[in-house]
Amino acid sequence: MKLYDIAHSRAGDKGDTLTLSLIPYEEKDFDWLCKTVTVEKVKEHLKDTVRGEIIRYALPNISSLLFVCHHALSGGVTTSLGLDAHGKTMSSALLEMEI
Amino acid sequence: MKDKIRIGCGAGFSGDRLEPAEVLVKEGRLDYLVLECLAERTIALAQKAKMKDPSSGYDPLLERRIRSLLPLIPDKKVRLITNMGAANPLAAADRIIQIAKETNTRIQVAVVTGDDVLDHLEPGLLTLETGQPLKAIGKLISANAYMGTEGILEALQTEASIILTGRVADPSLFLAPMMHEFLWRADDFSLLGKGTVTGHLLECAGQLTGGYFADPLKKPVPGMAKLGHPFADVYPDGKTVLGKVPGTGGMLNLQTVKEQLLYEVVNPHEYYTPDVIADFTSVRLKQLGPDRVEVMGGSGKSKPSSLKVSVGYPAFYLGEGEITYAGENAAGRARLAAEIVSERLSGLVQNLRVDLIGLGSVHGTAFRHAAEPYEIRLRIAGKTETQDLARRIGEEVEALYTNGPAGGGGVRKNINEVIGIVSVLMPRDQIVPKVELKST
Repeated sequence: MKLYDIAHSRAGDKGDTLTLSLIPYEEKDFDWLCKTVTVEKVKEHLKDTVRGEIIRYALPNISSLLFVCHHALSGGVTTSLGLDAHGKTMSSALLEMEI
Repeated sequence: MKDKIRIGCGAGFSGDRLEPAEVLVKEGRLDYLVLECLAERTIALAQKAKMKDPSSGYDPLLERRIRSLLPLIPDKKVRLITNMGAANPLAAADRIIQIAKETNTRIQVAVVTGDDVLDHLEPGLLTLETGQPLKAIGKLISANAYMGTEGILEALQTEASIILTGRVADPSLFLAPMMHEFLWRADDFSLLGKGTVTGHLLECAGQLTGGYFADPLKKPVPGMAKLGHPFADVYPDGKTVLGKVPGTGGMLNLQTVKEQLLYEVVNPHEYYTPDVIADFTSVRLKQLGPDRVEVMGGSGKSKPSSLKVSVGYPAFYLGEGEITYAGENAAGRARLAAEIVSERLSGLVQNLRVDLIGLGSVHGTAFRHAAEPYEIRLRIAGKTETQDLARRIGEEVEALYTNGPAGGGGVRKNINEVIGIVSVLMPRDQIVPKVELKST
């Protein structure tokens, strides 16, 4: 199973920092996601794009996780040579994770 | 005091669609319409336009948006708040007055300035990104401070039905009318935090109502082509009910609201704006009915003592060329093409980037070990110091037609002057908003 099957995500950017939300379709899956999708797992999964630290925030009131990934956008939105300088498509990369 | 106000968001970025704002004003029974049209780099581009022509430098779609809304605004008693002034809010106001005169509309515009701090920027200020002083960057194009609600609040005291700003923090465009109507104090950080949550949810317009959410398999959204933009009913205690105009496309539910609440948030315990450091972790959501979501909770503590200033500088020229290969060994021929172009440009262009579009160009990997795709688009991009050199990159890709591997087609080339953005902090007392009125 992939994360895609049970959760959705939106990517955002601030400078060279990428934000990735992870929101289960069913709120009852939140605790399981918290246990399963650890910072270490996300770090390993996104090792080709995220160079810096990853911080995970849990928001139990809305049953959601937020991953804040530093040094993730090739130096920042405005000066990256990449096609997706904002990292907009990275939400789909996160949801590719096998769980 | 009103028992609630309704604020709609008609545009969430400079290039946003025009119709949703018209629908909101015609059928949304709004008190306020906000158009958020200013991204980080937009203002630097606008500043460059202003250098060439002092009467330009405002949002390129301002004229079209105003022409579509102006006939609706005086009737419906909706006040418009927008940052479409970009690098030149005064010229933007003049243009609006001119359009109003042409169409015999009586209108008053309040202009908020003070965000442009290029002339009194300390060259010794250190950038937040690299820690280097600004003077190490060399020539600067623009420097605009993220202002808070102060200037807009002053403008709302006037009779103006259009309030035009340059750089203002996005949520502040929405928070100002709440403070104005409900007499929220500038140090009531709990209320300002709640209002900032609502402003943050609205600021990207269609991203709250199913835009940038849809996936036909897992997240089908009805009526995407006629996607409606959201509004919020805000109550004096900061509680908010989000909605959209019945009959418009899209949807508004817990899923769409959660995605937008966390969008671009780097610390949900401390979301910085010039007005408040807001806490998003205490936000609770409740679906009240179809396309109606209640937002409760949210809070805040203090406000920052310094304001963020976005500084634009000429970074480099970007040169790009693209070509497609298809069929058996498409990837092999694309890789050969990349080697050829790289060799032809060696010594001329540093920082050449090769992307095989279809084979992990955006994520550095494809996450799946399936067969290679049937077709590959090769993209070669590079940074150069001059326009001429940037042009060479696309030219070399084009030359692959007769001087490269077999079967390449569909070449596109592009050059672009890239503006870089860095940020510095300035003490907030050095940034003073100023309000001017213009009338027909």
